[in-house]
Amino acid sequence: MQEETFRHSIACIRELTRKIARPLRLMEVCGTHTVAVCRSGLRALLPSGLHLLSGPGCPVCVTPAAYIDRAILLARSPEVLIATFGDLMRVPGLSLGTLENERAKGAKVQVVYSVADALALAGERKNKKVIFLAVGFETTAPGMAWAVKTAAERGIENFMILNALKTMPNAMEALLKSGDVHIDGFICPGHVSAIIGSNPYEFIRREYSRPCVVAGFEPSDVAEAVAMLLAQIAEGRCEVQNQYLRAVSVDGNEKAKVLLDEIFEPADAEWRGLGDIPQSGLKLRDKFKKHDADLMYSGLRATAGGEKTGCRCGDVLRGLVTPMECKLFGKKCKPDHPVGACMVSSEGSCAAYYRYEKQ
Amino acid sequence: MCVAIPVKIISINGDEAVAETGGVRRKIIVSLVEAPKPGDYVLVHAGFAIKKWSKKDVREFNEIMGGIGAK
Repeated sequence: MQEETFRHSIACIRELTRKIARPLRLMEVCGTHTVAVCRSGLRALLPSGLHLLSGPGCPVCVTPAAYIDRAILLARSPEVLIATFGDLMRVPGLSLGTLENERAKGAKVQVVYSVADALALAGERKNKKVIFLAVGFETTAPGMAWAVKTAAERGIENFMILNALKTMPNAMEALLKSGDVHIDGFICPGHVSAIIGSNPYEFIRREYSRPCVVAGFEPSDVAEAVAMLLAQIAEGRCEVQNQYLRAVSVDGNEKAKVLLDEIFEPADAEWRGLGDIPQSGLKLRDKFKKHDADLMYSGLRATAGGEKTGCRCGDVLRGLVTPMECKLFGKKCKPDHPVGACMVSSEGSCAAYYRYEKQ
Repeated sequence: MCVAIPVKIISINGDEAVAETGGVRRKIIVSLVEAPKPGDYVLVHAGFAIKKWSKKDVREFNEIMGGIGAK
């Protein structure tokens, strides 16, 4: 059945691309979609003239390198235990190396599956400040909100987050506003949308006249979403459609959204490759500031700085170049010795291209 | 990092639940979904249930996982 859906979608994509008869660039915003596209070989089945661009939807990749340095400085503090998702361990900072190296040198850095595990650690290790590296989008942020709220309610004052949480719709708008790359339509992130719903993309349709389709993560889902976008373009429609009906509604998860609003407020945020984007981050509200490692350790700051020489992660994240157009790709920069974050995270565009599409 | 998978809730204790997928059990937090109960299927991301799934959705997911290119 799914194989049938996939084949049917590919046939539709070919026919619609012929009918539209101009080059088309669709962006898959989410890193998990990029992996699905690369892994399934979907790209090779697309007609020439139809391009899928990877977007800024890998949380680890869009986290500024200075954040890693800051986490390393915190890890060097004897009273601190850093808890983190495994994806961040091998991401190089600006000048201080990686958390993995820091752990090898004796720093307390522990990989956890969930922020709930970090909160439990804080409950057990009262002599340590347990700082969770809060990196992620709207999918991940409600869990952080739950952890901060629970810590506050239970008086677990040694639990903090180093916050780099971000929100997707404003980043999509920033890409369109920059004019750096032409995008004909968006494949919107499925699990971000499970939380926020499909409604928040309406302004992209309304103000920027770009069609959006929220998609699931299997190859047949992504292929169907591409066909839906092309059908909109071919028929002169511009809508927000939802292919991922299994997980996404118009309004999303109300309970999670209420919790997010209780704990966080929108704030400007820095994105690697995209710079500062207004109102694209989540800041802890004042009443939770004792759980904000950024405030509690405001004296420990890494020096600012630019990208490493030659690394084009920033351009990859904006869809300006494919990973293979970076001179370091597959040479100086490989998964076992990455230069940029996009080669580290399993969802990074460079890692996905290297693993599945490198000739 | 936004990967999520469907699991079945086995038991619930406050915010926590024991959930099972593919014979593997682990603790998850269920406080982000409305009225979770044992036997429900939920989509789990990084240890948190973010959406309830119908049995039909789970069947569809399992069908897809047996399909093209996704193991």
